[in-house]
Amino acid sequence: MADRPIRVLIAKPGLDGHDRGAKVLARGLRDEGFEVVYTGLRQTPDMVAAAALQEDVDVVGLSILSGAHMTLLPRICALLRQQGQTDVLVTAGGIIPDDDIPALRKAGVAAVFGPGTTIATVADFLRANVRPRD
Amino acid sequence: MARAATGSPGGARLTPTVSARGADLASGALGGDRLALARLLTAVENRTPLAEAALRELYPRAGRAHLVGITGPPGSGKSTLVAALIAEVRQTGRSVAVIAVDPSSPITGGALLGDRVRMQVHAGDPDVFIRSMAARGHAGGLASTTGAAAAVMDAAGFDLILIETVGTGQSEVEVAAAADTTVVLEAPEMGDEVQAIKAGLLEVADLVVVNKGDRPGALRTAGQLRAMLSAAAPRPSRGDDRPRPKRPEVLVTTATTGEGVPQLIAALERHRAAGASSATPAARLARAQAQVWAIVGDRLRDRLHDTRRRAGTEAVLRDVAEHRLDPYAAADRLIAELDRQAH
Repeated sequence: MADRPIRVLIAKPGLDGHDRGAKVLARGLRDEGFEVVYTGLRQTPDMVAAAALQEDVDVVGLSILSGAHMTLLPRICALLRQQGQTDVLVTAGGIIPDDDIPALRKAGVAAVFGPGTTIATVADFLRANVRPRD
Repeated sequence: MARAATGSPGGARLTPTVSARGADLASGALGGDRLALARLLTAVENRTPLAEAALRELYPRAGRAHLVGITGPPGSGKSTLVAALIAEVRQTGRSVAVIAVDPSSPITGGALLGDRVRMQVHAGDPDVFIRSMAARGHAGGLASTTGAAAAVMDAAGFDLILIETVGTGQSEVEVAAAADTTVVLEAPEMGDEVQAIKAGLLEVADLVVVNKGDRPGALRTAGQLRAMLSAAAPRPSRGDDRPRPKRPEVLVTTATTGEGVPQLIAALERHRAAGASSATPAARLARAQAQVWAIVGDRLRDRLHDTRRRAGTEAVLRDVAEHRLDPYAAADRLIAELDRQAH
């Protein structure tokens, strides 16, 4: 095959129970032609990393509204690197203050999508930045 | 479409480099490297030459695992039952791999793969491996590559492989060819005795499970199924080798609490020990046929869409779409085209 569907994991690390945003994004990316694996609420970094590995996804999208992003997101990025998934694109969304974004980017989060981001913006970013693999 | 380029053009198949990299991935997967296994499954799904090279190494090592198909209507509790089976089986120390298939959008090609939600508690267990697959346009309840993916997991050493189909209706029976033991799930009060004697999905069941056993009507549904499927099925007579309907055992489970799951595992073991399906040469041949014919179909389609033939093939398809040509004549014309260029 000359091309393949892009696989995206949408995960909700941490303890907040607000998954409407994650579900709307999962649905929206489905409509943009992505294969979206959704894992549900209250995921530990280990669970997210294990799912990313077993599903061999191209993208890990993390939705977090609890305020624990500075702890959980760098931890997930580190786990992905440790298990050899250095080519996975990590993005985040939810409630994340602008001041925290530089540190998150340094930790390995490629983009942070705040409230109001359109599905098309996310989809275009993923298509443009996912690394080619075979 | 959300598609990424891959490094493998369709024309060049097994070059020495591809063979070497396929063998590398295969030996990684055999040695317990889970990332190698995951990457290999991606290659299998994408039908790349790399996957073919790896399968050449792995296929002779498969055939040891118990392949169990779990099928049934949407919302009957397939994923929840798979999670309950994982929990129970892991107590005995056996390793489990899961292939969970969900439908692809016929419009965008995208998919929402949501079966993991019920199984995520087991994600961190190193002896559990869960993989979601999109059906990618295949209509039989599985993806066209599900059988090959199961063979890879089998070779990688998993003891039990659970294949969960898309939510099925009455006739997506393909899983029966892919699995040693086929479990058909029913929810309580989904139909009367006439539903139970219709041909199709229930006929391929080795075990029928009425899930949501805590709901009213579960026992009555199980009773009706038992009466129609087990008691009423004709017994095989001597000297008559016509195909016979199976006589499936009917069980009741409540997957959310685990009630009835140990009994289901015992029934799976009994079915396997009896060698009722895969041990028979006919069943093995049926599985080989299903796999090989699917690949033959894929290969023919690829050849008809290669750069030389694409325009002609598309013209024939358009003629059918506009009713200038009937589908049978179109198929004959495409096959003749392949024949002509083969000589």
